[in-house]
Amino acid sequence: MSDTYYTRDHEWIRVDGDIGTVGISEYAQEQLGDVVFVELPEPGKAFDQGDEAAVVESVKAASEIYAPITGAVVEANGDLDDDPSKVNADAEGDGWFFRMTVADPAELEDMMDGNAYKAYVAELDD
Amino acid sequence: MSAPETFTGNRGLQLEEPLTFETGDPALSAVDLPPVPEAPDRLGGLAREGEIGLPGLSEPQVMRHYLRLSQKNYAIDAGFYPLGSCTMKHNPRLNEKVARLPGLGDLHPLQPVSTVQGALAVMDACAHWLKTLTGMPAVAMSPAAGAHGELTGLMTIRAALEAAGDARAKVLVPESAHGTNPASAHFCGYGVESIPANDRGRVDLAAFKDKLGGDVAAVMLTNPNTCGLFEDEILEIAEAIHGIGGYFYCDGANFNAIVGRVRPGDLGIDCMHLNLHKTFSTPHGGGGPGSGPVVLSAPLAPFAPLPYVVHGPDGFRLVEHAADSDGRPFGRVKGFHGQFGVFVRALAYMMSMGSDGLRQVSEDAVLNANYLLAGLKDDLSPSFDGPCMHEVLFDDHFLRNTGVSTLDMAKALIDEGFHPMTMYFPLVVHGALLMEPTETESKETLDLFIATVRDLARRAKAGEADSFHAAPRLTPRRRLDETLAARKPVLRWTPPAPAADAAD
Repeated sequence: MSDTYYTRDHEWIRVDGDIGTVGISEYAQEQLGDVVFVELPEPGKAFDQGDEAAVVESVKAASEIYAPITGAVVEANGDLDDDPSKVNADAEGDGWFFRMTVADPAELEDMMDGNAYKAYVAELDD
Repeated sequence: MSAPETFTGNRGLQLEEPLTFETGDPALSAVDLPPVPEAPDRLGGLAREGEIGLPGLSEPQVMRHYLRLSQKNYAIDAGFYPLGSCTMKHNPRLNEKVARLPGLGDLHPLQPVSTVQGALAVMDACAHWLKTLTGMPAVAMSPAAGAHGELTGLMTIRAALEAAGDARAKVLVPESAHGTNPASAHFCGYGVESIPANDRGRVDLAAFKDKLGGDVAAVMLTNPNTCGLFEDEILEIAEAIHGIGGYFYCDGANFNAIVGRVRPGDLGIDCMHLNLHKTFSTPHGGGGPGSGPVVLSAPLAPFAPLPYVVHGPDGFRLVEHAADSDGRPFGRVKGFHGQFGVFVRALAYMMSMGSDGLRQVSEDAVLNANYLLAGLKDDLSPSFDGPCMHEVLFDDHFLRNTGVSTLDMAKALIDEGFHPMTMYFPLVVHGALLMEPTETESKETLDLFIATVRDLARRAKAGEADSFHAAPRLTPRRRLDETLAARKPVLRWTPPAPAADAAD
């Protein structure tokens, strides 16, 4: 069973065992508009929580993707190189960015679950 | 793209213009060259092996090609250009006349100093005006543009701190800063920390003070900021940054709003670049070179870069080497002496306006922006309460649930014959529309613009989203597919495949 957590920067991390899969939320892809390029970290790269880990570029803007937790990258989603539109089509599924180790599970406790994130987004839209 | 409405594809006297590679034919070339005589190959085997595909055009074809392209251009000389943050004002023709005078327009930077005393006097007088208007004791004239001025200012700050044995690591930049500010700080080797805005669209003073410490070299503030608002706690900001031994950098790109009214030196600013091409009216935005002199406070003045003009016993001279300088210049930032042609235009502008005229410039620029705000606030959504400075910021709240975006509004404005406002900047509000009318637009122009934008806003709210999505419809090219262009860019023209022979 996996759990999905959301950050205030509109990223999600889905934790399965000691590996977390990271991407941007449905709300974020909608705000960005058509994604045209994603720059992903090399496997093996280590990040502290909040470090800049990737870049997503849309027709509107280029935005940094921050490491939601401390850990090391184990895999990047190479499919996005050829087809960045996957981020728009399925932001919280096939459009994932990278997988990383979970160095400190306690960091997940400060994040939002799906319902809390939904409420957070609704507040932003007001 | 929809099918052409005419046989030729031309629209009235707006003529379609293909690439020269598509129209050219070597047989039409404007130049006849004699056949190349047989000669031994001295190119070491590097001679080209085939045609290089230059277009061959007759002189009238070349003439018409470039004239037609220029007719598709839009410029401040053609119409209203409310691009926020860019100060697209009318550039008086007097400036151009003066810049072309013999003795100013035809100088060479390596001429003997004794033959260019008038030019040095122009640089000195221009520097004097800039120092007087800003209330600062020194100015570095050589930076070539605004961002170059930012870098020069930060390098001066770095030189002063390092000379005091106190090299620091960080520069604080508010969220509403020009995008070039963090880039300049990073380029100068500083870490950049962002300061949030408060709900009044200004720097959050408490958050700013929290970030202050012994490793902060400077804060970079834009005033008025890119929300078009005056930073009313600027004195507290100056006191706080000086309290920890840091310097106060101000981005002077919006000086047009306060020139003649506020002297930055009186606000505790140590360093500010001036976009001569904006505030002091010289063609820019593809129309000419910029110029970004940096005014400096007394603690920074000794570290100003070379060269600079001084009065000597035999007239003006240039200090070009550190050994000749009374100060401790950190080096040079540009070959020769800066954008001389822009100095001439800026000085012609300042002297023809006079100090009273410049004061009226900022008054009228602020008045015009507030006139736009008053005319549009009922139909659009102003991002912040209260009056604005020289530019007015709206967000896209008024477009909610209409299916029309800020981008669609901009495209529809093109059909109406206006250059669009700045879109999606600053980033501190959602779907920003930033408009800067400047002081040189008449009430009639502003009234027409207001009526047009109100009409568009009402059409958007009336459910006419489809017509917005089709805009622009009346331009030589329709809306571009930005997504396809970014995902699959075509970076080279390739000749069309030859048509298959009908006999085959």
